[in-house]
Amino acid sequence: MAEAATLTLPTRRDEAWRYADMDALARLGVAALDQWKEITLAPGETRRHAMAVGSAAPELHRIRLDIGEGARAELFVTNAGGDYTRVEVEVRLAKGAHFEFGGVTIGGAGVTREFVTQVVHAEAQATSNQTVRAVHWAGATGNFLGEIKVARHAQKTDAAQDFKGLLLEAGASANAVPQLEIFADDVKCAHGATVGELDEAARFYMMARGLDPATAQRLLVQAFIGDAFVALEDEAERETLLDAALAALEGAKL
Amino acid sequence: MLEITDLHASVGDKPILKGLTLSIPAGEVHAIMGPNGAGKSTLANVLGGKPGYEVTGGSVTFRGQDLLALEPHERAAAGLFLGFQYPVEIPGVSNVQFLREALNAQRKARGEEPLSGGEFLKRAKDKAALLRMDMEMLKRQVNVGFSGGEKKRAEMVQMGILDPAFAVLDETDSGLDIDALRVVGAGINAIMRAPEKAVLLITHYQRLLDVVKPDRVSILAGGRIVETGGPELALRLEAEGYDAVMA
Repeated sequence: MAEAATLTLPTRRDEAWRYADMDALARLGVAALDQWKEITLAPGETRRHAMAVGSAAPELHRIRLDIGEGARAELFVTNAGGDYTRVEVEVRLAKGAHFEFGGVTIGGAGVTREFVTQVVHAEAQATSNQTVRAVHWAGATGNFLGEIKVARHAQKTDAAQDFKGLLLEAGASANAVPQLEIFADDVKCAHGATVGELDEAARFYMMARGLDPATAQRLLVQAFIGDAFVALEDEAERETLLDAALAALEGAKL
Repeated sequence: MLEITDLHASVGDKPILKGLTLSIPAGEVHAIMGPNGAGKSTLANVLGGKPGYEVTGGSVTFRGQDLLALEPHERAAAGLFLGFQYPVEIPGVSNVQFLREALNAQRKARGEEPLSGGEFLKRAKDKAALLRMDMEMLKRQVNVGFSGGEKKRAEMVQMGILDPAFAVLDETDSGLDIDALRVVGAGINAIMRAPEKAVLLITHYQRLLDVVKPDRVSILAGGRIVETGGPELALRLEAEGYDAVMA
């Protein structure tokens, strides 16, 4: 990402901002763009971070991860902002390093929530796995812009991206933009994106067993977003992120 | 227990049930047989409240309540169980979680205390054993990866756990081999044969009725009940076919 000495607000012509809420970004102010959280993992180190983001105001979270040789970074995020909320992650993977990302955007109220990742496989044998789920209603938008760059000598790279959107009513939207730039020849890069609606047959089946519509929907949404946090081994952290997501579901369209 | 009077129902614009009348008292197992397209599954789905099935006339009274005025989950809490012809797979939700939430939702709606985790597991184990289903299967996702026969046995385990007053079983025998049929039939008897319970058993074949002996048998054809009799009616159908019996 290019950075000028004097920061200016990006425009929607910038690929990484094409689905962003520019009005909310202007309210947030240009200074927010300069606030990167820089994290370096030493060779062989393992670090995990789980966070629930979002409030009544716009939020921008920018994280840079430099993952040393054989190190492993895991990041899990529930993005349930009440206003425009964007989580950006730039990752550089050294030899044999791994990056694991699980993200959920969830919410209504016409708000845009997004994940923007750039994963650079700078050296050989590094792996990355990104799983994003988006659940939206009431004119809201969920985005996942995921860029993967594989450097010329980064042979045996294994990178995967998986996005699924669940729209609870017409008017909500989900955008997935995978972007792959591969300069090595012996690599595996997989990406998939689907957007659908709630499974009505499953919903009726659950109601026929006695679950009210809200509970049936909560269980189905819980199952849907669960994929994003499967790799999160700490059960308490997983519960926290799931609870934050499901709390946002209260009042959603049934 | 269940009074269906002059029921008319459509799917899309197509009328399927055309004046169906049927009364099933407590203590009765009532088999419904009939040719393909007669409206058997439509009857089951209308009783369960499935979206897309529109009732255009008539009434259904269940334990003194207007059944058609209730949402599907309210029907379940009122004591109705719908056994699905094609049980639905629910990835990411375990049987145990699903059934415990369903049972406690029903109990809450009836003003009863929720069952604790231990009490629930004990009940689940009993019913799984009754249907000769490995408890490990109940820890797996709902119907995901189950064979056709396993799905039907799982339906009966669900019925055992939820313990309804009235069961509508839509071709529960389809997809079962002979041994599984015996297990499922015995399960239906064990769970539902009681003076205060009743069953509407939709089937194509006599073989399930050899195990779950019906008190009465009705023939559904052209969207209405055309004949009702004792168990001998099913035997006559098996021997002579619908055309001969209905002629």
